[in-house]
Formats: sequence, structure tokens, C-alpha cells
Amino acid sequence: MEQLLQQVMAGLATGAIYATMALAVVMVYQAIDHLNFAQGELATFSTFLAWQMIEWGWSYWAAFAMTVAISFVIGIAIDRVLFRPVRNAPILSQLVAFIALFSILNSSDGEIWNFTIKTFPTPFGTKPLFGSGLISTHQAGMVAVTLVMLALLYLFFRGSRLGLAMRAAAANPEAARLVGIRVGWMIALGWGLSTAIGAVAGMLIAPIVFLDPNMMLGVLLYGFAGAVLGGLSSPGGAVFGGFAVGIIENLAGTFIPFVGQELKLTVALIVIVAVLMVRPAGIFGQVAVSRV
Amino acid sequence: MTMQEHEAVALDTAAVPSEAAIARPLGLWLDRRRLLIGAAVIAGLMAPLVVANFTIFQLTMVMIYGLAILGLNLLTGFNGQFSLGHSAFYGIGAYTAAILMSGSAELSYYWTLPCAGAVCFVVGILLGLPALRLQGLYLALATFALAVALPQLLKSHVLEGLTGGVQGIVIDKPDPPLGLPINADQWLYYFTLAVLLVMFAAAAGLVRSRTGRAIMAIRDHPIAASAMGINTARYKTLTFGVSALYTGVAGALGAIVVQFVAPDSFSFLLSVNFLVGLIVGGIGSIPGSLFGGVFVLFVPNIAEKVSTGLSGAVYGIILLLLIFLMPSGAAGFVRRTAAWLARLRHTSTRGGA
Amino acid sequence: MMLEVRGLCAFYGQSQALYGLDFTLAEGGIVTLLGANGAGKTTTLRALCGMVRMTGEIHFEGKPITGRATEDIVRLGIAHVPEARGTFVRMTVEENLRLGAMTRRDHSAIAADIDEVYSVFPRLRERRKQQAGTLSGGEQQMLAVGRGLMLRPRMMLLDEPSFGLAPLIVAELFGILRRLNRERKVAMLIVEQNAALALDLADEAYLLETGRIVMAGPAPEIAKDEAVRRSYLGY
Repeated sequence: MEQLLQQVMAGLATGAIYATMALAVVMVYQAIDHLNFAQGELATFSTFLAWQMIEWGWSYWAAFAMTVAISFVIGIAIDRVLFRPVRNAPILSQLVAFIALFSILNSSDGEIWNFTIKTFPTPFGTKPLFGSGLISTHQAGMVAVTLVMLALLYLFFRGSRLGLAMRAAAANPEAARLVGIRVGWMIALGWGLSTAIGAVAGMLIAPIVFLDPNMMLGVLLYGFAGAVLGGLSSPGGAVFGGFAVGIIENLAGTFIPFVGQELKLTVALIVIVAVLMVRPAGIFGQVAVSRV
Repeated sequence: MTMQEHEAVALDTAAVPSEAAIARPLGLWLDRRRLLIGAAVIAGLMAPLVVANFTIFQLTMVMIYGLAILGLNLLTGFNGQFSLGHSAFYGIGAYTAAILMSGSAELSYYWTLPCAGAVCFVVGILLGLPALRLQGLYLALATFALAVALPQLLKSHVLEGLTGGVQGIVIDKPDPPLGLPINADQWLYYFTLAVLLVMFAAAAGLVRSRTGRAIMAIRDHPIAASAMGINTARYKTLTFGVSALYTGVAGALGAIVVQFVAPDSFSFLLSVNFLVGLIVGGIGSIPGSLFGGVFVLFVPNIAEKVSTGLSGAVYGIILLLLIFLMPSGAAGFVRRTAAWLARLRHTSTRGGA
Repeated sequence: MMLEVRGLCAFYGQSQALYGLDFTLAEGGIVTLLGANGAGKTTTLRALCGMVRMTGEIHFEGKPITGRATEDIVRLGIAHVPEARGTFVRMTVEENLRLGAMTRRDHSAIAADIDEVYSVFPRLRERRKQQAGTLSGGEQQMLAVGRGLMLRPRMMLLDEPSFGLAPLIVAELFGILRRLNRERKVAMLIVEQNAALALDLADEAYLLETGRIVMAGPAPEIAKDEAVRRSYLGY
């Protein structure tokens, strides 16, 4: 029983990483109706920027704030420069754009900062939380930050005019244009937000998995899985999905005999596919009814 | 309408991918096409006699990747079902060939192709059934799960006896039959070429047939297609099977030519490569798949020559240039250039008359 | 003249849908575009809002608006109530109305305007917190018109407002449109298949057939025309 609880908590802790990533994934999905496959690499790049600032002597929170701001701008820039021209191309061509971006960022990270693993500081400390062996203060901090971000986003989207405009632009771009919303800029904003959230995710994750150009590969996959499980139309669902994936992965790895470390990801993905069979839009997702 | 006006109208509509994939009898256009294909085949036959062994190996791999990409094309390009999992079919085909050739069965290499094809066909059908419930993105995720799962399964203790675990399986290179005056590499090239021609011709035939049209109708307007009485489920599952078969046969060929299979060669990245090859070559274009094979084999090498450290970045930039300049892939580019050239010729003759 | 259109041609890809339309809409007037399915009525409205590829001249309040993005045209005071109503189905009725006012800066007046829309369409007030997608067809149409009104438009483009609605509801709706036109001086360009209704409401009418205007004139005269009566009015 003790072990079960421990694994669940450990799953929650890793799940926090996936949840943050899932949130960023859903954010950009809401804006552009696609998954951003380069999200992980953007997050890694942002984390490297933060690392560099800290190396240059900046304080943690100054670097953190600056990185989030720069990432926001980078996200907008990438959308306007790279993805706006291919918005009307077939969906698979847009996929190539993502793959290209992924390649460029991954390679550049390696070239600028090399592949040796770097440590990244945490503002939360790494002691066990409340002295128990279940979860460290950093991991608790991660969960807290994720939940705070979720709350802020909820307030933004439900309560503000701009949030409403963004939701409208994503839901029905043509109708949104007919009420005067500049849909193109709403999409760019979605990108900016998503890249900024990704940066936060990267900076939270780096202290645990250590910083190197391939840091986000696995995490992004889990992030997608969590987002899809929870429902791509629901930020809250995505966060839930991220946590769920973390727990499922851990429990499967510990308690199912032949799975072990090797097949953890496979099992997690199989579970997700199974859920999708039953609820194709994800657990909290809303099925889009399309009129013929 | 005059003959020229007919041509002009037909060339206009030739810009639409799903129709241009079926070669329309357009007089001048078709003859040129046949000529080009004939020239290509002749060049293909002569090539291994004039180039070095390693280049022969590369050309063989180009054909193999082209075949694998054609498999993906059948599913994604012609039937509209996304797959990020074709590295798994390629891997299953490869391992089938390797296991049959090295294990107690010790099958001759040419028998492994139909076996690999059959195995992958069955796997494809089995996957196609649940895939019916998933659309677009979610299907991509499910196939992605497959792609990630395969190397892990191949490495796991459970299957180690069969698959050789992390170390994989080594295969002997087959000899050319009955003392033909060519070396093993050249023989494998011709063997692959023969398989390629047969399978490409079969694919072209499939696409032109009623089945092919049904498959494409499902891609373009699934609801209308089923309203017209097309059994969507059956065709979609069938396409999954055939697509897997093609890529599986490519995998088997790949195993024979490379003489080695190991779990990490069949990772998710291979699926991405296939997808890139498909898009660059041209979705819904059968010859485009071969161009995709060329791209997948050579461009990463070129990128590395430009800059070893930033090879990924160079690769990415090349990809971006390609989609900006050729949004419909190489095949679309060729089609559009041909149409533009024909229009030029058309207007100049008209002006003269 | 609120709206002047000259030589309007529209294209879907390579095929042409409109072949040089000329029409005008006076300030505070109501014009109707009639025609069968596929005549090009919806295309005309879409062309006015920059939603399809077009050539020709369009002047709104004396200024040319061709080549502008849809969202910029809307900001000039043109509300377009589209064919499919363009309801934001997952959002509440109230959010839909607030979206109509998205381009306005006078925040304090917006709440008052929402109230006015509710007084014009009482049914919407009852359903203000409901998801718009759960409303009936007639209610969604009213919501679409209400949303258009939130813009405080000087001109409204309505695409088949009677489509799929029960006759009683349609009569109600058209009565409301007449009131709005009289009281708020909103010019209206109404595209309709239901010729009788439209001719009753409008000042001027244009008849479209396969992308060309084949008849134009004051609505009462068009209504009396023999050919129109046979083909479009059914008697």
C-alpha cells in the first residue's frame, strides 16, 4: 500500500511535467488546430536561454521573467514568419514545416551550447516535502506552478475580452472575422502564449532531467499523450491528462511484471489509444459536431 | 471547342491532385510521360553497370525507400489516413525476412518477400480495424504509439529469443543466381528494381481501378462516399493492409540489402523520414514516391557535408525551402511546370493563328 | 449612396461565379437580391466582405473597399449575417452578443446595447446563459441578427434569413427587420430565396440568374412582373 501511494505520488510529480507540456500543446492547438511538433524544441531553446542568462550572472527570477517574455515574442515571430505563409498549404506540408523547425532548433541548440548535460537551478529547493519521502519541494513547486498557470489562463480566457476573441477565432475563424476579430493575430497570440508556457515547462523540468538538446523529446510525447487523453479542447482536461499519464506510466512500470522500464511509454500510449477508442475526443474533450 | 481549347481546359484541371494522379489521355501529355518513364527505366537498367558498388547500394536503398514511401502514400496520400507508424511495418517486414533467413527455417531470400508482405498485410488489417474509430490527429497518435512501441518490443526480454534483442540479427548477402556475370550488389539492385517495377505498376493499376477511385473518394468526401454505397470501413481497412504490405516488402528488401536488422534502426524517426519523403515527393503521386526516396537518402548526407555541427539545421532549412517553393511536392511542381509550359506553347500558337 | 457596386466579378478558384454585377443601396434603404439556388446571391455578399476572389469596384459611403481584409471591412460598420448563421456554438448567447461588439471601444454602452437586443428578441434573454448551439434554428437566426446589431452597423448584409425557419418565426423576424430599418436607419441588403417576403420588405430588388443581374427595379414593380410571378412567386 505504501508502495502504491509512493508510486502514485511519484507519478504525480512526473505528471506535473507532462501536464505543463500538455497545457502548452493545447494552447497552440486551440489557436491553429494542429499539434505543434516543435513545441519541445522551443521549450528546450528557451531553457537554454535562461541557463545562459544565469551563467552571465542574472538572478533566477530575472532570467525566468526575461525568458518567458522573449519566448512569447519568439512564438509570435515564428507564426508570422514561418507558418502564416503555409497556412493554406495542405496539412501535411504544414507538418513538414514543424519537422523543419524541430530539426533547426535541435541542431542549433547542440551547436551553440553543445551536448554535455548541464544542471539547472530550482527556486524551490530539493528537500523532501514536509520531510516525507513521497515528493520533493521542487516537485511540489512544479505542481503548484502548473496549477497557478492553469488558473491564470482560465481567468484570461473566460474573463477578458482578448481571451474571448481568441476563443472565437479558434472556434470559428470565418464568423470571427465577421465580427471584426483579426484572426491572424489571434493565432499569433496563441503561438506566443504556447511558447511562453513551454518555456516555463522547460525551466521547471530541467532541474530534474538535466538540460541538454534532447531534453524534451520524451517529455513532448508524453505531453501530447496527456493532452489527447484529457481532450484537446480542454486546458483543464489536458492538465488532468498529463497527471494521469504520469501516474499510469509509473504504476505500469512498477506493477505489471513484463513492462519494466523498457515498455513504460508503450503501455502509456496503449492506454491512451484504448481511451480514445471509447471516447474519441478525450476524457474531457467536446466532440465537434460537423454539419454535412 | 477546338482541340487546343480542350487541352487548355484539361490542363487547368490537371492541377488538381487526385485527378492528375490518374493519367488522363491527353494526347501530347501522355506520350511525353510514357517517353520519360521509358527513358528512366533504361537509365535504371544501365546504372549499376557503370557506377561503383557503394553507389549501387545507395541506388538500391533509394528504390527501397521509394517503395516504403509508396506504401505510406497509398494510405495517407490516396486514402487520407494519417500514419506515423510506417517505421513499424518496415521493421516488421525487415525482421520477418531476417528471422526466416537466419533461423531454423533458412528460407531463400526471395521467399521472404511474400512472407513479409503477408505478415504486414495481416498486421495492417488488424490495425486498420480499430483505426476506423480514430480520425486525423488521433489516428496519427495511435500510429505513433505503434512506431514507438516496436523498437521497445524488439528489445524486450520477452521476444529476445526470436529477435536477438538489442544486438539484432545478421544476414548473409545472397549471391547472384546461376553464375550471372554480375556481382552481388548489382544482382540485388536488379532484383530490387524488378520488385519495384512490379509493385509500382500494381499500385498504378490499383489507383486507376474502381477500387482506387473508391479509396480516393473516401479521402475527399467520406460522408458522400458512404452515401453512394461505398463500404468505407472495408476499403479503409483494406488500404491499411495493402499499405502495410508495400512498406513491409520494402523492409524485407532493406534487411537483405543492409544484411543486418537491429531495433533502433526502426524508430519513430524513420516514420518521420517516410512522411517527409512522401510530402516532398508529392502526396497522391506514385512516381513522386520514388523522388521521396531520393530525398530521404541523399539530403541528410548533403546537409552533413554543408556543416557537420549544424546538419540538422541545414536539413530543416532545405525542407522549408522545399515547402515554400513546392507546396504540392516535387510531383506537383513538375505538373505545374508542365502545365505552364504547355500554356506558353498554347498561347504562342494561338497568337500565331 | 451607401453602397455602390460596379462590374463585380467573383471567382472560386478557376471558375467564375459572378459576371459583372452593378447595383446600389441607398442610405437607410432595403435592397433584396433574389434568385434560385446557385444564382450567386451568397457569393455576392461574400465578395462584398472580401471573402472570395473578386474584381470590380465597391464603394461604401464613397470609399473603395475592394482588396481589404474581411475584418477591416466589418470595422467600417458593415454587419454580415452569414448563410450558416456563424453561431459560436460552444459559447453562451451572451458571449455571442459580446463578440458582436468586439470592435467597439465604448464599453459602457455595450451592456445597454445587449439589453436592447434582448428587448427586440425576448427569447434570447431567457436563454442568455445557454450554449448557443442548443438554440433552435429560429433562435440562432435571431442571435445572428442580434450579434450583427451589436456592431451598431450602418449597413447589414443578411444571407437568406428565412432559411429553414417556420413561417410564423419568419414573419416575426422580418417584422423586426422592418422596425430596425425604420427606427435605426440601418441599410439592409437582403439575399433571399423567399421572394414574396423579400419583395414585401424591400424598396428595390435585383434578380440574379447564374451570376448575372437579369432584372432590376423598385420592389413593387418586380413583384408585379409576369415572369417573376411565375418563376419565383408561384402564381
